[in-house]
Amino acid sequence: MTSWLDAVMPHLVAAPIVLPLAAAAVMLVLGQRWRAASALVDVAASVAGLAVAVALLVWVDRGGEGGAIAVYLPANWPVPYGIALVVDRLAALMLVLANLLGVTAVLYATARWHRAGVHFHPLFQLQLMGLNGAFLTADLFNLFVFFEVMLAASYGLLLHGSGTARVRAGMHYVAINLAASAVFLIGVAMLYGVTGTLNLADMAQKLAAVPAADRGLLHAGLAILAIAFLTKAAMWPLGFWLAPAYAAASAPAAALFAVMTKVGVYAVLRCSMLFFGADGAIDPLGSGLLVAGGCVTLAVGAFAMLAAQRLARMAGACVAVSSGTLIAALGFGLPSLTAGALFYLTSSTLALAALYLLVELGERVHDVDTDQPEPEVHHAALPFALEAIELPQGVNLDDEERALVGRVLPTTVVFLGLAYLACALVIAGLPPLSGFLAKFAMLSAALDPDGVPNALRSPPSTSAWLFVALVIAAGLLATIALARTGMRQFWTARERPEPRLRVVECVAVALPLTACVALAIGAEPALRYARDAARALHRPAPYIEAVLGAQPVRLEAGRGATR
Amino acid sequence: MEIVFSLAVGVLGGCGVWLLLRPRTFQLIMGLALLSHAVNLFIFSMGSLSIDAEPIVVVGIAADLAHYTDPMPQALVLTAIVINFAMTALFLVVLLAARGLTGTDHVDGVEPRAGDGDARA
Repeated sequence: MTSWLDAVMPHLVAAPIVLPLAAAAVMLVLGQRWRAASALVDVAASVAGLAVAVALLVWVDRGGEGGAIAVYLPANWPVPYGIALVVDRLAALMLVLANLLGVTAVLYATARWHRAGVHFHPLFQLQLMGLNGAFLTADLFNLFVFFEVMLAASYGLLLHGSGTARVRAGMHYVAINLAASAVFLIGVAMLYGVTGTLNLADMAQKLAAVPAADRGLLHAGLAILAIAFLTKAAMWPLGFWLAPAYAAASAPAAALFAVMTKVGVYAVLRCSMLFFGADGAIDPLGSGLLVAGGCVTLAVGAFAMLAAQRLARMAGACVAVSSGTLIAALGFGLPSLTAGALFYLTSSTLALAALYLLVELGERVHDVDTDQPEPEVHHAALPFALEAIELPQGVNLDDEERALVGRVLPTTVVFLGLAYLACALVIAGLPPLSGFLAKFAMLSAALDPDGVPNALRSPPSTSAWLFVALVIAAGLLATIALARTGMRQFWTARERPEPRLRVVECVAVALPLTACVALAIGAEPALRYARDAARALHRPAPYIEAVLGAQPVRLEAGRGATR
Repeated sequence: MEIVFSLAVGVLGGCGVWLLLRPRTFQLIMGLALLSHAVNLFIFSMGSLSIDAEPIVVVGIAADLAHYTDPMPQALVLTAIVINFAMTALFLVVLLAARGLTGTDHVDGVEPRAGDGDARA
């Protein structure tokens, strides 16, 4: 197994980009007439993508303390000039996360959503390709290109199913993202102008040598780039586009979108660690701003959760809370806190994706309740109901005085209720699921950075206390908001026809939640992985060496050209 | 040349941002287009503005930026133009769909009420 993995490994790095691209091309050829075949290809490609991502994660993690870093040169040009793809622990984690959500969303879509419009499957695979590429690339301009691939596909997915609400929200979403892309390009251009390179590792190395006269331009470029990333990550004043757009999207698209804000967070994390991590070449001016902005996002999102009227809007607020927590946590720049944040990122993204699917199922239940009249039931010719004759004694009665005990709940109602419960526990950060462990890891790291109880250590800063207080308060508000909507939508026994759920949809909802349970059970290895990833991020030297040291494959004349 | 170039970038960018803040979808798309032109010119200027210089190395001339223009920004601009072009086309479709579905060209899909401050458009 291991030797086989080693042999195939260098090329597997490109697979998360090539596989979805090829699948999308095949599905375009299949077109609308062969929708079942398209769906099959889509599911197969997503599952294969997940398998590849897991293989990469396993391989990267085997590299011991520092972790293996795989560099792949797609065009075989030497490093600072050509395109490079890099997998390290962080990238592998994000790949697994994105592809897991991909499998979830595509399974859910095959039940009914893929019939709501044209070209769902190719767009879906292209979006996965954009996501994977953004996580893999080691190059600022390619990051832009993959962002655009991802966004272009997401515009199509957002509009999938059409309708006034989607088009209206879609227009705002497209406009915001086009403007943000312009800002992104300005930042990239300024950094290129100052450093003369686009390769992230190369740039990190050259930042120290930037002359003092160019420092202003450099700082401005970094700030502009950060604005573009933080717009994608939906930090507070830049994140108003998120809730309406995600609420309008079809359920499987919204579930996949749950990871898109995390791409912004990933970009901020990657760039700030590379640029600021290397022995203080530049003062991380922005870290205070990140903490402040993250805290405000967190607070605003928590109140938006309470204020939300619709479940879909509340889910949008949950995304904002998750983003805010992450941005603030990363702003502190402590390795142990970053580790907690990575764990939180994984579990909260999974739960949010499940929540978006549940939103749609909940609304479907609601629609069944309101739109369709209950089918008339023709009982046998009894002139009165049986309960009227003999009322059961000593039994709990509901509002309409019928026995609660012994009434069979439909399986779907039980499933939806339990799934929503699990979702709410993870998002609010209550035990026993992974959300609690993630928050615990972050909070303990914020108050005790090195995990060693030491009386000599300086007390936690005010901002650390503020962060802790806000995270706990947001957890309380989230509990209230989620419990309220849960009671209204999922947990009340009402006389309603049983909502129709397909098995695939149940599997799709259960998949990310099972992953959350697995994260809670296997918290020890998961946190160890997150800690290693965070440590590697905070010491970027091996990453820079690995990228800059990558050698193009030598082609021996005549013989090796086909290899 | 630098002055003319930066004026062009500034005017395009300023017009773009102003139009971007207007309430009509057509103004919005024009604003985005102008903004992307400004950005493209800006990227171009990041190489080094040189007249009559080749981007590809010629035998016999020393290979440094004093004799050549930087080819990298040109490649970037080319990519950015293609992406912007595609995005503008896509946005145009969304714009037309919104016009058809909502019956108005206001960006929010509803005409502002007469009493509102932003009614002039």
